[in-house]
Amino acid sequence: MTRLHTGALEIGELDALSRRDSSAHRLDPRAKLLATAVFLATVVSWGRYEIVGLLPLAAFPLVLGAIGRVPCGFVARKLLIAAPFVLVLGAFNPIFDTAPRELAAGIEISGGWISYLSIVLRFGLTVAAALALVAVTGMNRLCAAASILGAPRIFVTQLALLYRYLFVLAAQAQRMSRAAELRAPGRRRMSIALFGSLVGHLLLRTFDRAQRIHLAMRCRGFDGDIPLVRPMRFGPWDAAFLAGWIAFFAAVRVFRLPDLLGGLVLGVWG
Amino acid sequence: MSHHIVEAIGLSFAYPDGTRALDGVSFRIEHGESMAIVGANGAGKSTLLQHLNGCLVPTAGTVRIGDYPISKATLAAVRRSVGMVFQEPDDQLFMPTVFDDVAFGPLNLGLPPDEVEARVARALETVGAAHLRDRPPYRLSGGEKRAVAIATVLSMSPDVLVLDEPTASLDPRSRRQLIALLKGFAHTKIIATHDLDLALDLCGRTIVLQGGRVVADGRTAEILRDRALLEASHLELPLRLQACPVCGDPSGAGDGKGDGA
Amino acid sequence: MHMADALISPVVGGAGWAATLALAGYSARKIKVAADDTSVPMMGVGAAFVFAAQMLNFTIPGTGSSGHLGGGLILAAMLGPCAAFLAMASILTVQALFFADGGLLALGCNVVNLGFFPCFLAYPLLFRPIAGASPTRARLTAASMVAAIVGLQLGAFGVVLETKLSGITALPMNTFLLMMQPIHLAIGVVEGLATAAVILFVWQARPGILHAGSVRPDADSGAVPKKLVAAFLVAALAMSGALSWFASTKPDGLEWSVAKASGVAQMAAPVAAETTWPAVDAGTSLAGVVGAALTLIVAGLIGLAVRRRFAAKA
Repeated sequence: MTRLHTGALEIGELDALSRRDSSAHRLDPRAKLLATAVFLATVVSWGRYEIVGLLPLAAFPLVLGAIGRVPCGFVARKLLIAAPFVLVLGAFNPIFDTAPRELAAGIEISGGWISYLSIVLRFGLTVAAALALVAVTGMNRLCAAASILGAPRIFVTQLALLYRYLFVLAAQAQRMSRAAELRAPGRRRMSIALFGSLVGHLLLRTFDRAQRIHLAMRCRGFDGDIPLVRPMRFGPWDAAFLAGWIAFFAAVRVFRLPDLLGGLVLGVWG
Repeated sequence: MSHHIVEAIGLSFAYPDGTRALDGVSFRIEHGESMAIVGANGAGKSTLLQHLNGCLVPTAGTVRIGDYPISKATLAAVRRSVGMVFQEPDDQLFMPTVFDDVAFGPLNLGLPPDEVEARVARALETVGAAHLRDRPPYRLSGGEKRAVAIATVLSMSPDVLVLDEPTASLDPRSRRQLIALLKGFAHTKIIATHDLDLALDLCGRTIVLQGGRVVADGRTAEILRDRALLEASHLELPLRLQACPVCGDPSGAGDGKGDGA
Repeated sequence: MHMADALISPVVGGAGWAATLALAGYSARKIKVAADDTSVPMMGVGAAFVFAAQMLNFTIPGTGSSGHLGGGLILAAMLGPCAAFLAMASILTVQALFFADGGLLALGCNVVNLGFFPCFLAYPLLFRPIAGASPTRARLTAASMVAAIVGLQLGAFGVVLETKLSGITALPMNTFLLMMQPIHLAIGVVEGLATAAVILFVWQARPGILHAGSVRPDADSGAVPKKLVAAFLVAALAMSGALSWFASTKPDGLEWSVAKASGVAQMAAPVAAETTWPAVDAGTSLAGVVGAALTLIVAGLIGLAVRRRFAAKA
């Protein structure tokens, strides 16, 4: 009946990865966040028919993931799961855009296929980069980074609380749902009425839990503002990381590196 | 030093819908004393505890912590003095990591970062959880959560420790470790519990609550041997006394009589 | 349905983020948290609750397929518009980060589609008036259904608009709309039923939880946020104006519609493919569809706002 709280399990997996150690993990989260933001902006900044120019950008998620020891299989699996919507929507491109365009070296295929390929590439790049970011930074440090970079305190705080209690509530929901399942043999899924009651109970318990948490906070001196503990230090490595990648993205955007590279190689051999 | 005294005088409390939860509760606990509050479910134990640091406001009577009667003005001072450990550790561990949770209290007290750091280290060391410092709470076992929950309160250096069912759902080993830990504390301790054997181990004094009233207040050793009293309050003899040839049921099992005597 | 990074352009992504940041700042300021206020834990744990609830599936009557809850409306009913918006935003953030649902650049747009529309429009302008000051089972059910359906329609329309304006997809607007809106009508009905089921349960168990949450009732909680409605109206009008301009001034658009009308299937490649200027694929029928949809929405909102004023006076 339930999605066996695989959702919470997936988050748990990514969370475990983020608590490993590597030089990528030790970089300042602000540097990683900003670098990823610039990366994403670069990826989407091309027109719909760009393929070749996008390719060098794969370096960012690959390098970050490699240094951060993020398993390839894990990322691949996540990509596959998230793919359907984009792939299906993108598949309309070849249907509606049939004008031929040059792919490379005189080979012509319909523009729709080119833009579809571009969409697939964008998807892979953006998702891989986001996963790499989370895998080497982790939710808590991202929250802290966001807060320092100006996100409203109240938002960051309740985001952290969401993350904290996600697992607890998912486990609770799963237990309740399993109990219902065990008493309804043969029924594959619950009815809307049962759902309303189950989730309603969950909501009531959530409400009470929130009150108790608030009580606990007040007993330890909470006055409306959650204190942040660790000030982050932006060091020379972090600056180098950020500046280096931004320079790379700019170069890729402006110079179409694959053409240069190809020209270089052909020049050598030709 | 009077700031370690906990005193309730004619404490009464009724919920907004009229249910009377406490009725004229009075007691006085001296500095360093350990007191157990026992009673059936619904007797008013948790309600009483929540009055001890101002979470609830009595409808009649007062509570004094040392020099301070608990009032709106003295609330902050009281909460610095009285540390409360909840029944459900998950409700108390709401920060991203153990370190953050234990640091929450000291930070709210306005202490400087290195002092906070020192207090957190000391608190975690005391409960034996120093290695859990960077763990997120959802990756802790039940016993570890309990220990960390206690640390979150210890780091505020309270004078009085109030604990609500500390051994509930702990496995025997964790329970034993917790009892050993609490034994080592010099704080004044007030423990609401069903675990009568814990009361025997830790607390020199016990009060028995029934229907919101104090029906007995005295030395633990005496009260927890009084079968009639205990059964009248919907309790039993502590497990370790039940097979005692002197005061317990020689057969080791309950005799089925629900109303004592 | 979530907007994806793969289909977005910097302009649209940036606009979405700008809107989200503005709304988040507004909401954060509105929720003045005092020590007595249980807002923060309520928002955080409430968001976790919605997350957990989304993992439970139920059977859609009559079809046998499974449905699940979106939750924005329930959050709004629990927490009020501003707090619910922030909570929804945090849920979407976690989804974007951990499930690759959408993407980080598109997060701004997703927060508008799935946060702004249910929390700031559907809840205060539809749910609350229909539920009324002293709700009954029927009113709560109707309120849930209408608010869910309209909220999802707006959200789906948002996705279509943002995708089209980004110009990465070649799907024509009409086709896209014809795909998205009916599907989301069905999803809206299901969401409405599920939301109604939960709200009815809670309303009978503990009515105090709903409609106020723990956000302190100040002048704006639950009441029609008039500034927002005004801003929305202006934005809607500006949007329809801009779109009509695109449709009418771009020669390709006319060319395409003429070609289509005469039965020629081929479509010319859009002008300036190397830039990010949105390629206009639709013809004069686009303006009609968009204008009609927007007019309906705007008219409905004006009607409701007017009715509320009269109800308040009476």
